[in-house]
Amino acid sequence: MNIGYGIGAVVVVSVATLTIGTWGLRFSRTTSDFFVASRSVRPGLNAGAISGEYLSGASFLGVGALVLAFGGEMLWYPVGWTAGYLVLLVFVAAPLRRSGAYTLPDFAEARLASQRVRSLSSVLVVVIGWLYLLPQFQGAGTALRTVTGMSPWGGSLVVAAVVLANVLAGGMRSITFVQVFQYWLKLTALLVPLAFLVIVWLSDGGRSPAAADLVVDGLNGTDWANPLAIAGDHPLYTTYSLMLATFAGTMGLPHVVVRYYTNRDGRAARKTTLIVLVLLGLFYVLPPVYGALGRLYAPDLVGSGADNVVLELPQRMIGGVGGDLLTALLTAGAFAAFLATSSGLTIAVAGVLSQDVTSRRLDGVAAFRVAAVIAVLVPLAASFAARDVAVATVVGLAFAMAAATFAPLLVLGIWWRGLTAAGAASGMLVGGALTGFAVVDNLVSDRDAGWWASLIAQPAAWAVPTSVAVMVLVSRFTRPPSSSHVNRFLVRLHTPEGVALDRT
Amino acid sequence: MDAEPPPRVRVTGPHTERTRRGPRPSVASEIDAQSDLGAIYVSGLLRAQMRLALRTLLGLGLTIGILPLVFHLAPGLGKHHLLGMPVPWVVLAFACYPVLVLLAWRYVRAAERHEAEFVAVVERPGVERW
Repeated sequence: MNIGYGIGAVVVVSVATLTIGTWGLRFSRTTSDFFVASRSVRPGLNAGAISGEYLSGASFLGVGALVLAFGGEMLWYPVGWTAGYLVLLVFVAAPLRRSGAYTLPDFAEARLASQRVRSLSSVLVVVIGWLYLLPQFQGAGTALRTVTGMSPWGGSLVVAAVVLANVLAGGMRSITFVQVFQYWLKLTALLVPLAFLVIVWLSDGGRSPAAADLVVDGLNGTDWANPLAIAGDHPLYTTYSLMLATFAGTMGLPHVVVRYYTNRDGRAARKTTLIVLVLLGLFYVLPPVYGALGRLYAPDLVGSGADNVVLELPQRMIGGVGGDLLTALLTAGAFAAFLATSSGLTIAVAGVLSQDVTSRRLDGVAAFRVAAVIAVLVPLAASFAARDVAVATVVGLAFAMAAATFAPLLVLGIWWRGLTAAGAASGMLVGGALTGFAVVDNLVSDRDAGWWASLIAQPAAWAVPTSVAVMVLVSRFTRPPSSSHVNRFLVRLHTPEGVALDRT
Repeated sequence: MDAEPPPRVRVTGPHTERTRRGPRPSVASEIDAQSDLGAIYVSGLLRAQMRLALRTLLGLGLTIGILPLVFHLAPGLGKHHLLGMPVPWVVLAFACYPVLVLLAWRYVRAAERHEAEFVAVVERPGVERW
């Protein structure tokens, strides 16, 4: 393909992102603006921003690639990534907003009145944030190499630089506008090319990619379409463990939670989540179709570069200038996906770092800016050093870790009076250690068969219940903090804003 | 008899403390004061919301949560086609999302109704003190 189109798309998205970011800067002046957009973001905008930030490269490029290579089994990922917001809605959305805390460590400290739990939460936010940022930078490098011929580290560097410029310029407020823009860009960038591809497919006779006699890479269509057959020896365990990780993990992702403080009140937080479910549903029906078409038009990619199937289809099916233009649009969407998620994570990690580390020496905005630089540089350096791992694998592990640490903290902290600081800390330590072990084992060794491999690849099913059990048991055996503090806090979490409570 | 009429006497209602008292304390202030009354109101709301959350979660479990088991027990489902796709694909790639939105929409409506009822009780104006 013509490399000029790919470079053009990247430049346009970068310039648009920075322009909207700078435009937002006019409104963004105080530390409070930087952090939470002064809590004045409407639900429609906020939902767009949450979706824009949430839909990462793993969703934009990864789902299509996984569906092409592994088939029906991979459809559970987008379903789980969406359903996580329903669980977040019913347990966390409104109370979290009413807690008045900004970050997860803020919540932990406010609920449990413990500096230690706060520090532990800060460490976990940074670990989960970096675990999630690392594959974003790597994936961006790979994708940019495909369409622009840039070296992989060049692509990572470009994403990191644009993210940093944007975050430094405007903080959260300008990020809101940027991410709303990026959601709609991502949706358009998948939808428009897909419309053309489907027309071509229909005019070619509309053959089913799941036809039993269609064998690709030794796999017939029926087996490929089977939602339980291929990955691992224990598909039922793997699927349910993945479900638990994604359903519970979403609420514990630092870059998602941080956006809830920008809602006006608890009701707005619920409305935002409902709109997020609609926006994610609209988006997630699209990527699997690319994977399915890839089975017909790009079967040679299965063994090698399935990662590129979304970007390559327009040229294979349409070709010429039209194909190049559609690929440029897809490149723009993919680049927006990497940018949006990286920006959100950078804000979240920088928010925690600046509150707990850099603000000891610097004040307000300067502390946040220094923290943002640190938040980007560490995973960027790690992405140069680490070996190439699949984006979806590392993202999946980040979900499992969030599900085994912050999810129990939030749910028990919001709904159970009996949670104590010691209980929360031990539960998060155990959950973090178990999933952390799984992360390291996954990154270091390559197992493919047996129960052990399945257990390590999808740790949520055993790590999450263990963490919850430890939290409950230790809480039972330790003395709760002053019960009047807990009561007051729970009352504040669950009482609608219309009631004139003393909310200090 | 030329007696003078008795002097006029001003007649007033029975003298009580009542009028001098301030307005009845609101339930909100009872809640703030952590009185038993306030605790009853709040724990009632909390229980209602918790039951609603668990009901929604059960709904999620019975719709999407049960799918892996269904596909496991009925592997032949993949051979049936609907709209040109294997049935599991129709369900997983498309039908799941409207179900999630519907569950969320019903939850939001019910949760807001609980809160509106709570506000109505707590802010009820002009109730006489017993």
